[in-house]
Amino acid sequence: MRWIAVALLSLLSLPAMADGVPVDGALGFQPAASPLMEEITSFHNILLWIIIPVTIFVLALLIIVVVKYNAKANKVPSKFSHNTMIEIVWTLVPVIILLFIAFFSFRLLYLGDVFPDVDEAEVVNVKAQGNQWNWTYTYTDVIVDDYPVEFVSNPIHRGLPGEPEGTADAPRNLAVDLPMVVPVDTVVRVQTAASDVIHSFAVPAFGIKTDAVPGRLNELWFLANETGTFYGQCSELCGKDHAFMPIEIRVVTQAQYEAWLERVTGNSVEDARQYLAEITNESPVQLASVQ
Amino acid sequence: MPMDAITPADELHHEDDHKIGFIQRWFFSTNHKDIGTLYLIAAIIFGLVGTFLSGLIRMELAAPEIGPLTHFVLWGVEGATQAEKIEAAKHFYNTVITYHGLIMIFFMVMPALIGGFGNWFVPIMIGAPDMAFPRMNNISFWLLPAAFLLAVVSMLVPGGPSGNGFGGGWVLYPPLSSTTGHPGPSMDLLILSLHIAGISSILGAINFIVTILNMRAPGMTIHKMPLFVWAMLITAFLLVLSLPVLAGALTMLLTDRNFGTTFFDPAGGGDPIMFQHLFWFFGHPEVYIMILPAFGIVSHIVSTFSKKPVFGYLGMAYAMASIGFIGFVVWAHHMYTVGMNVDLKAYFVAATMIIAVPTGIKIFSWIATMWGGSIEFKVPMLWAIGFIFLFTVGGVTGVVLANAGVDHALHDTYYVVAHFHYVLSLGAVFALFAGWFYWYEKMFGIKYNGFLAGIQFWLMFIGANVVFFPQHFLGLQGMPRRYIDYADGFVLWNQVSSFGYLFILASLFFFFAVVIESVVRRRKADANPWGEYATTLEWTLPSPPPFHQFNELPKVK
Repeated sequence: MRWIAVALLSLLSLPAMADGVPVDGALGFQPAASPLMEEITSFHNILLWIIIPVTIFVLALLIIVVVKYNAKANKVPSKFSHNTMIEIVWTLVPVIILLFIAFFSFRLLYLGDVFPDVDEAEVVNVKAQGNQWNWTYTYTDVIVDDYPVEFVSNPIHRGLPGEPEGTADAPRNLAVDLPMVVPVDTVVRVQTAASDVIHSFAVPAFGIKTDAVPGRLNELWFLANETGTFYGQCSELCGKDHAFMPIEIRVVTQAQYEAWLERVTGNSVEDARQYLAEITNESPVQLASVQ
Repeated sequence: MPMDAITPADELHHEDDHKIGFIQRWFFSTNHKDIGTLYLIAAIIFGLVGTFLSGLIRMELAAPEIGPLTHFVLWGVEGATQAEKIEAAKHFYNTVITYHGLIMIFFMVMPALIGGFGNWFVPIMIGAPDMAFPRMNNISFWLLPAAFLLAVVSMLVPGGPSGNGFGGGWVLYPPLSSTTGHPGPSMDLLILSLHIAGISSILGAINFIVTILNMRAPGMTIHKMPLFVWAMLITAFLLVLSLPVLAGALTMLLTDRNFGTTFFDPAGGGDPIMFQHLFWFFGHPEVYIMILPAFGIVSHIVSTFSKKPVFGYLGMAYAMASIGFIGFVVWAHHMYTVGMNVDLKAYFVAATMIIAVPTGIKIFSWIATMWGGSIEFKVPMLWAIGFIFLFTVGGVTGVVLANAGVDHALHDTYYVVAHFHYVLSLGAVFALFAGWFYWYEKMFGIKYNGFLAGIQFWLMFIGANVVFFPQHFLGLQGMPRRYIDYADGFVLWNQVSSFGYLFILASLFFFFAVVIESVVRRRKADANPWGEYATTLEWTLPSPPPFHQFNELPKVK
């Protein structure tokens, strides 16, 4: 019983092959790239240590029953139908297990939902608006000519005309023409909204998912603790191209972030895109995910 | 009181040996057994449609890139290019998953478990001659094909800008289901269909409550009722309390769409999230509506084939009652990502996890019923044991999802799809087959081939696990639900999942083989094929039971 759990858990922590991209054949979460996702992963591991043994326990009981109490092995059935002690036990033990789970669960819930206590000046604010079928990112702190910097992040459909050059190898159904760019080790506040129907902003490697609802402004936060490219996908059915409005977040160093901002605020989208391509080539190890 | 209840039936109805014409018997039927049979036949037909739709899903997802579904769209459109077909297939896929869900829930599981087995065996098990309102029973049934027809028509008429049918998921969230997302008549027809299916269910539920509360045979107190009757009583209460809320939400959606109200439109002061609260206030009890009758069936089967009384009868009954009650106060755990207050989330986490306690009591009580027994592994017992194990698997992943912190990672991924198919497709459906093979000889008076039926069980057991277990991995790795095409990191487990579907198809082939074989060979069934531990009243009657049973009420000691 123990070794099965151990084997399963070791499978779940496969070595990271790329950051922020789903890996074929993987059994568990994507490698965590934020403190929150690290917490989610470790809490989920605690849960696995509970639910796998519970399932195996029930299976073992069923096997014992099948082997020991089949009609051939046990010709005369016993008559009992009550045992107060055992009933109390199988009521109380689950309660204790659930209280144990709840202790960690609430800690994690409040960690993820309550905005961290940091200096507002150091927070990067981005508004992510879901549209059928792309995302509009607004850098609400970065004002040019009285308006915040805003751009539309369109999915790249491989092989279709009009897509930027040099992206032929970008991951299918995940890559976009203009990713959201954020600095590493910085708290990012994302406000989600929607212009038509409900969408959902999700990035598995950061452990975040919040619906973008028309008429509402929802808020989530993340802190990416490594540079790289991280992909997510719209996670609320939003119509025909629901599967084709991915989220791409490029996490770069503070200096690179500022350099990128300079190009974006210069209102040259092409320039900013070029810059991202350049830093990808400069540090292929760091950004290995763009294969 | 039971005596009063049977008098009108005796006056209106014919003698037992009176031959009733085909039309009168099957179309104007007021007999609970005939109506039960009609429900079962309807559920099988509708279920085949739902299965066909799930086949389309697995076929499309068997390989990356949009492929197979392009052959099912734009029929009769001259010169449609492949690119146009792909665009059409995207919307078509959304309609397929939508109608798969709606049909399986409203037109397969509910009619089979509640309308079918409930109608057949609730009156017999409590020693009543029929349901309390036999004519209302007839309406309950015949509203169902009407609702199904509306659903099918809704799939074929214009839905939105992208094609025919409604492609917004079975949860019908506005604004995708309002005129913003689907301006066409398809959604209106679907609302009408669900209204009618809902009325059908509410009438049926009222019938069950009145029957069970008023028509029990002398001596059958509430605490002596068979567990299936308990399950049906609780289910009926859940239906009566939750379906009107759905009806209200649907009506508001209908007026939003057609009469300019803005209940769910923020432009007029409304709120799309309000719909989700109303929907899930119905939707969560709905999942217990589907599983409680299954609990009842499994209890009888486990007891019968273990040759022991059910362990902890009262605990079992009140576990179901508490599951039903708590089921009403946990709905927002379907909505952890909508932007809810964190304290509210904490409440729903706590309330949801509490459900694991009565559910655990049921699982362990079934095992304790088998413990010390002398178990015969007949076909119904195979299904029941399969149910207990697979429901446990679906239950523990439910505990994982209950935790809002983890659910932020898993919400709307394939992990959720795997979870609810483990409790429904392998839970409720396994219990459905268990009930079918437990009562088949009783209902139809003929024996089936246990060997063929055993093959069906094993194919289904293997197939359902191969289809749904890998979906846990897809969900953990981040694959969102309702995607016609996925990233290259999700290929392997999707292929495995689609491969498993072949086993399920083969299993259905054997299901029909069993039925056809039994009908062709017509081996006369015994009144009680399962022996002295099948203690409920249906086994005291011949197989099939007479057109009217218990003209003289049985006395329960």
